[in-house]
Amino acid sequence: MNRFADHRPAAHRWNARRRRLVWILAVFGCFGVAVALIVNATRNNLVFFYSPTQVAERQAPYGRTFRIGGLVQMGSLHHEGDGVDIRFVVTDTAHSIPVVYHGVLPDMFEQGKGVVAQGRLGANGVFQADQVLAKHDADYMPPDAASALQAARATKSNAVARGGGG
Amino acid sequence: MIPELGHFCLIVALLVALVQAFYGLVGAQRGVAAWIGAVRAAARTQALFAILAFAALAFSFYRNDFSVLYVAQNSYSGMPWYYRIAAVWGDHEGSMLLWITTLGLWTLAVTFFSRRLPDEMVARVLGVLGLVSFGFLAFTLFTSDPFVRILPAPSEGNGLNSLLQDPGMASHPPMLYMGYVGFSVAYAFAMAALLAGRLDSAWARWTRPWTTAAWAFLTLGIVLGSWWAYTVLGWGGWWFWDPVENASFMPWLAGAALIHSLAVTEKRGAFRSWTALLAIITFSLSLIGTFLVRSGVLSSVHAFAVAPRRGIYILTFLVVVIGASLLLYAWRAPRVGMGGRFAVVSREAMLLVNNVVFITATGAVLLGTLYPLIMQALNLGKITVGAPYFNAVFAPVIAPVLFLIGVGPIARWKQETVLTLAQRLKWAALVAVIAGLLFPFAMGRWKPLVALGLIAAAWILASGWVNFRRRIALQGASGMGWRRFRVPRAYAGMLIAHAGVGIFVFGLTLVSAYSVEHDVKLAPGDTTMLAGYALRFEGTRPASGPDYTAQRGTIVVSRNGRAVTTLHPEKRVYIATGTPVTTAAISYGLRGDVYAALGDDVGNGAWTARLYHKPFVEWMWLGWVVMAIGGFIAISDKRYRIRVKAHVATALSPAPNPRPAPQPRAVGLHEGSAT
Amino acid sequence: MKAGIRYLVPIAALLAIAALLGSGLTHDPRLVPSPLVGKAAPPIVLPEVADPARTFDSANLHGKVWVLNVWASWCVSCRQEHPVLMVLRDQANLPLYGLDYKDTRDAALQWLAAAGNPYLSSASDPKGTVGMNFGVYGVPETYVIDKLGVIRYKQIGPLTPQVVDHTILPLVARLSQ
Repeated sequence: MNRFADHRPAAHRWNARRRRLVWILAVFGCFGVAVALIVNATRNNLVFFYSPTQVAERQAPYGRTFRIGGLVQMGSLHHEGDGVDIRFVVTDTAHSIPVVYHGVLPDMFEQGKGVVAQGRLGANGVFQADQVLAKHDADYMPPDAASALQAARATKSNAVARGGGG
Repeated sequence: MIPELGHFCLIVALLVALVQAFYGLVGAQRGVAAWIGAVRAAARTQALFAILAFAALAFSFYRNDFSVLYVAQNSYSGMPWYYRIAAVWGDHEGSMLLWITTLGLWTLAVTFFSRRLPDEMVARVLGVLGLVSFGFLAFTLFTSDPFVRILPAPSEGNGLNSLLQDPGMASHPPMLYMGYVGFSVAYAFAMAALLAGRLDSAWARWTRPWTTAAWAFLTLGIVLGSWWAYTVLGWGGWWFWDPVENASFMPWLAGAALIHSLAVTEKRGAFRSWTALLAIITFSLSLIGTFLVRSGVLSSVHAFAVAPRRGIYILTFLVVVIGASLLLYAWRAPRVGMGGRFAVVSREAMLLVNNVVFITATGAVLLGTLYPLIMQALNLGKITVGAPYFNAVFAPVIAPVLFLIGVGPIARWKQETVLTLAQRLKWAALVAVIAGLLFPFAMGRWKPLVALGLIAAAWILASGWVNFRRRIALQGASGMGWRRFRVPRAYAGMLIAHAGVGIFVFGLTLVSAYSVEHDVKLAPGDTTMLAGYALRFEGTRPASGPDYTAQRGTIVVSRNGRAVTTLHPEKRVYIATGTPVTTAAISYGLRGDVYAALGDDVGNGAWTARLYHKPFVEWMWLGWVVMAIGGFIAISDKRYRIRVKAHVATALSPAPNPRPAPQPRAVGLHEGSAT
Repeated sequence: MKAGIRYLVPIAALLAIAALLGSGLTHDPRLVPSPLVGKAAPPIVLPEVADPARTFDSANLHGKVWVLNVWASWCVSCRQEHPVLMVLRDQANLPLYGLDYKDTRDAALQWLAAAGNPYLSSASDPKGTVGMNFGVYGVPETYVIDKLGVIRYKQIGPLTPQVVDHTILPLVARLSQ
């Protein structure tokens, strides 16, 4: 195996070495900039998650964006004014946090179900959300399908009549 | 019966994959001609059985065979047949089967389009692909068997996640997997070359079309996913930097780097070991992406099942495959020479910067994606890394590439002067700056960042045009009329893909800066103004589809008193799953979309609604589609189909000191290969 | 030259990432620690599925460690879980009770007759009101309740033999002492 550099005259080798240095510096410079950007971005843009209990125990920061998660308390949802000003309460059953939100709620939002809200905690203890996420779960069966299945039976018997089956 | 046959096909495929790997790798290593000769047949058999297994599952879905657990969990007899087929990849088990089938298709493609390659090389490539197939087949059979029966069979299935019942989402996974899995071919070529010890420009040339094809498919897959998010999720967003999205975006970035690095390796013989490493990295990112999505270690809007056993399997597989590849690399790569030298200002140098930038960007995305895991591992709390992080890091990191797109293709290999480049591109620069500075006035409000974005977009397009003109001029006036404008397809594909980037940046800049979003309450008869459009709400009416019921709203859109269009946003409830789904209504236009989605019924016929105006948003997707088209045009170049004899001849000819080539031309370099 | 070392950098990176991903597997990001674990179980006073004239009252189970499985005839994952429950009934001496969630009595009886009834008794909750008090996300779910009526464990989704052997049975044994 021949090594490329060994066949070149000394002057060339020095030249190559300097060129190499330029490249290494350039590459490291580039990475340096990237690292600086990343450090800066992580300082300002990481969003922490707290439970209502942690918020009630004052572990959550005021004036900084974070997320809270829990269940939407039954009967706590109110549309106010225009209908796009929304109030509800997030609870982990031990503690409850009132939330206000201006906007349209996601499809999966339901009272008694899980929710995650992102926003800031106001001085009055009310969480001002600018984003509300309701999670659905693909893992196992959501309820409320029972009625749907009755409706589906008609379709199914048709399929059998047409000669379906295993 | 059919499901059992499908299961049997998977077992056969697993065994044949082992044969394929053994004959391919051992046969090539020992030089046993009979074994090498058998590899193609083994690979085809393996692919065929994988495809048959897939067909069996699809058939069970088609026939509503709810005695198959996976079918019962993901389908419903009331769904239209095409969504029942699409439900095959609606969940984990079927997705893995799709992975395997896609790998089968790529393997099949390799067996057919490799006739011009040396048999030994093909045997190694297929051998490596066989090992990958084996790993995934074993994973599917032992942890995620889609053919498990449940008895007694339920009379009806659960239904597919209603969000996935959309043409974009139905076609998104196959396209994405074509990309993801396609990188396994580039990986297999790199492994074969490392094993053979010939990491040369012939290897790079063989790899190029496969890499570009996979990348183009991945591009389309990402566009479909983004389009789906925009039209179906109902938030008007098109990219969320969600872990699952990042999982597809990281291989895309690394793949883009690989495409450019391969160009240097093929034309100049440089970056050889780096290119091989990139091929490994790109495929590794596909595997890591699969792990992230399939193991559920990161929560995401896509929320798949958490199954630690599956996670452990994929993780082990990942460490074995990538670890072995990197060890082979560490063993072989140091013996590969440096290749042709180049100056600080040269096309190679710019492509090197391109690579550094792309890999840095990939790293930044990877870090952001894994950050929650790092915090969790160190017990520092539960966090989310959202769009602000990625936007703050990604945009500045990737920006240099937008500039270099204009300069790189016009720069000479080996050595170039800044003065020549400035001479050639001064008009393009001038046009770009003027266009970028003036266009924001047309949008009503001048913003510095918009001007910057538009300068970049105009620069990419204008310099692309300069490139095209120069290429024609260099070719000389051969032929008449339109034939004068004929450039090699590989070159044309590059120019088109780069223009796609320009179009994307144009759309992205405008939609980010000038979107208007209103969350309002609408009573029947209400009119709302939105970016110059008047939207009149006429109330809702019940409606129904094949497997859902809905409230269907009517919104009449007009501009300056003239009716433009009528939108019908819906709030659907799918019968099988009982889940509500917002279906936005969008009026598409090249100058912008008007987007309406219903929120909640707030009584008296009034609804809350989201109304958006998204200027030039379609240009973003158009740009991505153009990139993919550029990729497909590039691989149709006949250069990639030249007889192998000619390749080998150039590859083996001693050319220790390649002459500077004024035009890109294949230069054979072989001084670095081992054995 | 020590150039060889730098070719090992990618492997180091791989191992670091793999370690991170592996540690991620030990956490479940979607694990919402159930607020009810460690609290008294909501009372269940409902008609029995087998005989609506009789009342299933969880107060009668005071002083016993018992397992509550939330199920429904329409639930596909329950069918997946069913064999595990049957084994549990036959082999382990475990008081397993059911809560038939948002289901009709006819469909429920039909399903139990066809597949086998693993429960000592099941309460019928057609409207899901009791399930709501338990914070049922979906079906199936399984709760382990101790002698004082406190929920000690909650399983979301189907039970697997591993969960039964490694978590539920040891827990029940410990609580029964």
